[in-house]
Amino acid sequence: MAVLSCSGLKRRFGDVPAVDDVSFTIAEGETYGLLGPNGAGKTTTISMVTGVLERDAGEVVVEGIAMSTRATAAKRLVGYVPQELALYPDLTGRENLRFFASLYGAGRKRVDHVLDVVGLAERADDLAREYSGGMKRRLNVAIGLLHEPRLLVLDEPTAGVDPQSRNQIIENVRALAAQGVAILYTTHYMEEAERLCDRVGIIDSGRLVAEGARRELVERLGERDRISLRLDGDLAHATSALGAMRDVQAVAAHGTGLELVVGDASECLPAVLSAISAAGNVVRSVEVTEPDLETVFLHLTGKALRE
Amino acid sequence: MRHALLIAARDLRERARDRTLHVLAIVLPLGLAGIFTLILGDISGDSPMFTFAVADSDGGVVATTFTGEVLERAAASGAIRLRTAASEQEARTLVGDGTATAAFLLPEGLTEAVRTGGAARIEVVGNVDAPTGTDIARSLAQAYADRLLAIRTAVAATVRSGVPTPPAELASAAAAALPQAAVVEDTTGRRQLDAKTQYAAGMAVFFLFFAVQPGVTGLLDERRDGTLARLLAAPVRRTSILAGKLLTGVVVGLVSTALLVVASSVLMGARWGHPAGVALLVVAGVLAATGAMAVVAAIARTSEQAGGWQAITAIVLGALGGAFFPVSQAGGVLDAISLVSPHRWFLRGLADLAGGDVAAVLPPVAVLSFFAALTGGLALLLFRKVVRP
Ligand SMILES: Nc1ncnc2c1ncn2[C@@H]1O[C@H](COP(=O)(O)OP(=O)(O)OP(=O)(O)O)[C@@H](O)[C@H]1O
Ligand SMILES: [Mg+2]
Repeated sequence: MAVLSCSGLKRRFGDVPAVDDVSFTIAEGETYGLLGPNGAGKTTTISMVTGVLERDAGEVVVEGIAMSTRATAAKRLVGYVPQELALYPDLTGRENLRFFASLYGAGRKRVDHVLDVVGLAERADDLAREYSGGMKRRLNVAIGLLHEPRLLVLDEPTAGVDPQSRNQIIENVRALAAQGVAILYTTHYMEEAERLCDRVGIIDSGRLVAEGARRELVERLGERDRISLRLDGDLAHATSALGAMRDVQAVAAHGTGLELVVGDASECLPAVLSAISAAGNVVRSVEVTEPDLETVFLHLTGKALRE
Repeated sequence: MRHALLIAARDLRERARDRTLHVLAIVLPLGLAGIFTLILGDISGDSPMFTFAVADSDGGVVATTFTGEVLERAAASGAIRLRTAASEQEARTLVGDGTATAAFLLPEGLTEAVRTGGAARIEVVGNVDAPTGTDIARSLAQAYADRLLAIRTAVAATVRSGVPTPPAELASAAAAALPQAAVVEDTTGRRQLDAKTQYAAGMAVFFLFFAVQPGVTGLLDERRDGTLARLLAAPVRRTSILAGKLLTGVVVGLVSTALLVVASSVLMGARWGHPAGVALLVVAGVLAATGAMAVVAAIARTSEQAGGWQAITAIVLGALGGAFFPVSQAGGVLDAISLVSPHRWFLRGLADLAGGDVAAVLPPVAVLSFFAALTGGLALLLFRKVVRP
């Protein structure tokens, strides 16, 4: 039986359909990655899954119990790590944990255990406001683990974090999945999704546009390559010029970089490069990669994961 | 309820570390009250004088007893100043131009009316700008009327018993019906707070509205800081979250006011009155303050906006309610408007407590409780949009 099953989730804010008919399930011990560009509807989906947000339509069931904003029994089964740091800065790490533990009826032993798990035991009695960014992130995750949830929902838990804290968080998540916890995970970091997720759902403009194991999605892509470029100068011209080329199936700019999805890189690379110099940009570096999740994402959404 | 307590307990732990709150809730009110007492205390004096005019159009025994026994005795004790007016018209003029705080009009036929079993109607004309003085005048007149009624009832009972009664016995029956303590001294001297208590109480109730503020805006802070999402995801009923926030306001308000009452008594010599009456008033006042500030918070979008609006609300209600200076001196309309201010009822309750027994605070406590219920209910209703996204 699935630990989480969502069907037909819908929510709009005014005229914006933030989430539009999203369905998926997560099994015991499975890690499901929800990938999507900014504003795709990931947080909105998660807010409905955790019973924080009222939904316009659809069902959320956690271990056979219907989730809603009032469903305290279902909420007991879910651990939630919000995208924005959600801590009380004027309390210590331990006090933060004890407070949330008390709401879930979890004991002080769990608090000590969780402090150990996320590696904050030594700094437990410092005020949270004095923590480094990475430590705050780890505390943010720790709160979600307190009551040994059956489903753990993490909304970009590693955003803006140093590699050490990131590794720690990822290892924590892995260990929980190994214990049978179902995990719903969103991230902007493709390598994280590749490392962690058994299955991913790609969401764009509120709709789930593809879903499956990483390998399935890449295979479904067929014979395609991804070209990553680093350029000097304004990318607007180059982006639109490349977008107009027949061989270029998707193009997205992020910072000084351009990501392209093409059929066969060796065939169309010369044309791509000359289009770029015609647009007045200087190429700093070019990289051609085998299709991966990022390519799938770019191909399906026309957007880079990180903007 | 357990969750509400947990949420409030966490809030309080955080508030206890908040220096601004200490300053706002305790140091500032105490300091200001002390300064006011130093600067203004001497001017107001500890026993304010009221001038009462009396116009006796009756001339009978009922009227002369009132002027002679009640008013002149009060004047002799220094509690009031008395002016005798030749006519009702003159008495009204004295009140109108502010020479007298209030006037007693003893109508023609007053004695006759009492003798034939009618009511003793002593009209009191008050200066709208001085409701406290008018209140005192009214209670003097009322006390006298009550005494007349008591005497008449006692005499009537003796007469109706059928046995012919010698006048001496009638007199002693009448005397027995009278309360032993003179009403006058009881009422006049203390029906107002002394200056120190007035300032201490004014500052306490004024800053009370700031003390409860962090509690009730806490919900907006939690929304801004993202922790509200966590509370909403926890197995906690939403009413518990709201109740926890209101509870925080109430507890901070109670603690800071209690500290102020004690500190102003010890340090400044303020006399708040009977502890039970003060406790009732403080509880009702804190509830009213929490309700009022919660409504403002519930209308605001952010906690910063709420803070600004709350400060304005607290200042307007405070000024209106006489937290800084008695509004009664500012004029009739303002005086009427001031009835919406919880500050006014709190201060009036204290004044009533000073002039009467503990039960005297019940009407102001009832008004404050009603105000609290109304605003608290409204706040819960409005806050629902915050916790039900
Ligand atoms: N409370 C809200 N009021 C109005 N619009 C909202 C609200 N929350 C989200 N939206 C809108 O809904 C859409 C989806 O937002 P959501 O936060 O779910 O995206 P996301 O995928 O989590 O994005 P990001 O990667 O930036 O976190 C966006 O267009 C956003 O502007
Ligand atoms: Mg998001």
